[in-house]
Amino acid sequence: MLSYLVRRIVGGITVLAFVSIFVFGLFFVIPADPARLACGKSCTPELMAEIRHGLELDQPLQVQYFRFVKGIFFGRTYLPGTEAALHCTAPCLGYSYQTDELVTNLLKDRVPATLSIAIGASILWVLIGLSSGILSALRRGTWIDKFSQGFALAGASLQIYFVGLVLQFIFVDKLAWFHAPGYVSPFEDPKEWALEMILPWLTLGFLLSAIYARLTRAGMIEVMSEDYIRTARAKGLSNRTIKFKHVLRAALTPIVTVFGLDLGGLLGGAVITEYVFNIPGLGKLATEAVTNVDLPIIVGTVLLAAVFIVVANILVDLLYMVLDPKVRLS
Amino acid sequence: MSVLDLDNSTRVLGRSPSAIAWSHLKSDKTAWVSAGVVFFFIFIGAIAPIFPHILHTDPDAFHPETLDENMGAMPIGSFGGISSAHWFGVEPRTGRDIFLRFVFGARTSLSIALTATIVATVIGVFIGLISGFFGGKIDQFFSRLMEIVLAFPSILFALAVTPVLESVLTDAGIPQGNATRIPVMIFVIATFGWPYIARIVRGQVISLREREFIEAAKALGASKWHLVFREILPNLWAPILVTVALNIPTFITTEAALTFLGAGVIEPTSDWGAMLLASVPFYGVDPMYTFIPGIALFILVLAFNLLGDSVRDALDPKGSR
Repeated sequence: MLSYLVRRIVGGITVLAFVSIFVFGLFFVIPADPARLACGKSCTPELMAEIRHGLELDQPLQVQYFRFVKGIFFGRTYLPGTEAALHCTAPCLGYSYQTDELVTNLLKDRVPATLSIAIGASILWVLIGLSSGILSALRRGTWIDKFSQGFALAGASLQIYFVGLVLQFIFVDKLAWFHAPGYVSPFEDPKEWALEMILPWLTLGFLLSAIYARLTRAGMIEVMSEDYIRTARAKGLSNRTIKFKHVLRAALTPIVTVFGLDLGGLLGGAVITEYVFNIPGLGKLATEAVTNVDLPIIVGTVLLAAVFIVVANILVDLLYMVLDPKVRLS
Repeated sequence: MSVLDLDNSTRVLGRSPSAIAWSHLKSDKTAWVSAGVVFFFIFIGAIAPIFPHILHTDPDAFHPETLDENMGAMPIGSFGGISSAHWFGVEPRTGRDIFLRFVFGARTSLSIALTATIVATVIGVFIGLISGFFGGKIDQFFSRLMEIVLAFPSILFALAVTPVLESVLTDAGIPQGNATRIPVMIFVIATFGWPYIARIVRGQVISLREREFIEAAKALGASKWHLVFREILPNLWAPILVTVALNIPTFITTEAALTFLGAGVIEPTSDWGAMLLASVPFYGVDPMYTFIPGIALFILVLAFNLLGDSVRDALDPKGSR
């Protein structure tokens, strides 16, 4: 078990190393001159030289990468020994000249909004998806099943960038039930936070619950035809025990995988959702950075998102061992 | 009745698996309707250049006479200015004909998505085949590669990489604009799409390569390439078809999403994602402009999803609904 965990973590770190090399290399090698991009409109040759030196672009690429990685673990100081010296504590993900901010601080500012969307929406989609899938499987062939399947199919075929706009039109512009989406800290004003978050939650919750409803239904129907369920019935266990303890538990195992990956992906920035609802999260930061070609921020956001995906992958595998006795034994 | 007559009366018809699948599909009404919808969209995309002649205008032509200058250049008339001249209304601010932009948009969106599908399928099938067949180091390498690609935050990375790849293509002498944007989009969508196909193919190959007919071909001295492409590949068309059918809707929505986020097709070329993006400032006053591409995208993706399910049900005797 421990050796498996170590293997998975080493594998995850390898993947992250590749992602970072790739992103770093791509963005620092290919565009003609990152210093020129970072310099902005009112650029002078002196400023550009300063940026080139400040960003250490005058160093060979492998040195730049090595310092970048070292900065993540131990922090680093830009322009050491000068007046403009800037210390960046670990985990240091670089410095954005365009915004004059440390990337780590920018990311920190944006995490709460993305976290709010992801947590609220995931609770909704799990609740909606599982209950509709369970109902569907237990009442197979009835109108409940048909309705729930239709609901799931619609959710799987609709897009956030369309549903989001339509819901904003109905609930914000016409009915004025909810406030225009945005982000306020829940610790300052919990009511406003909820009112501004509710549309993104509903939209993501509805669209993503579709997959869960389909998976739960298919999983339960498959498990119900297994021999051990017949055995449980023959033993005289109650219907409720069989359905909720035996069937649901087995049917949920594959859903845990999908959930972990979805949540991991969302935590790295709900790019489209944040764009549609204009919420200042990680995804919005990334789209803004792409528009402004702000390379250090792009590298930081992509890397952070990859960390979330890799960590989610490892957690899913661990949870699998807890949930599925077969995996635990082997 | 003598025993000899039996032969004429109850002969068992021998049917190939593909014939069985086809007969399943033929009796599946959902499959027919959804295939009809899919072909309808492909058809209007294909014949899009005819419509400007019928409507006597261009998808890019401005029609200021259809806009109300006092209302911030919004279309005159209800439902976004729908009239006999402009079937789906006109675009706010410019007055371009939405129907024409819609049919040309179908053309762009579908050609990009379908080309990306073909590219991703070819790469995915090829890598899945050699990875599953040769195993060992090759398999390890490609499995790791798939793991890395799948760990990339795809939309984010696609957004970030588009300007970079664009600059590479423009440096190579290709004119800026859609001539570089469209190949980049196809490349990006295919890059993040192939692992899904490769994984399935790899799994199938691993279970096929130990079978007797492969053993037999090997004993007859068949080369490795012959085994992979002549013996194994023809046995895989069913799972490949199912995976592709289920992946097309994802590719279509990714294309629209990339364009919506600004990393896709650019003006004046029409595209459904671009129409949705252009409608964002106006959805409060002119919702029809958002609805038309949005609903069309929904219907098309729904049709592809249903068709994919039908194809899977027909080809996979296990999965009964």
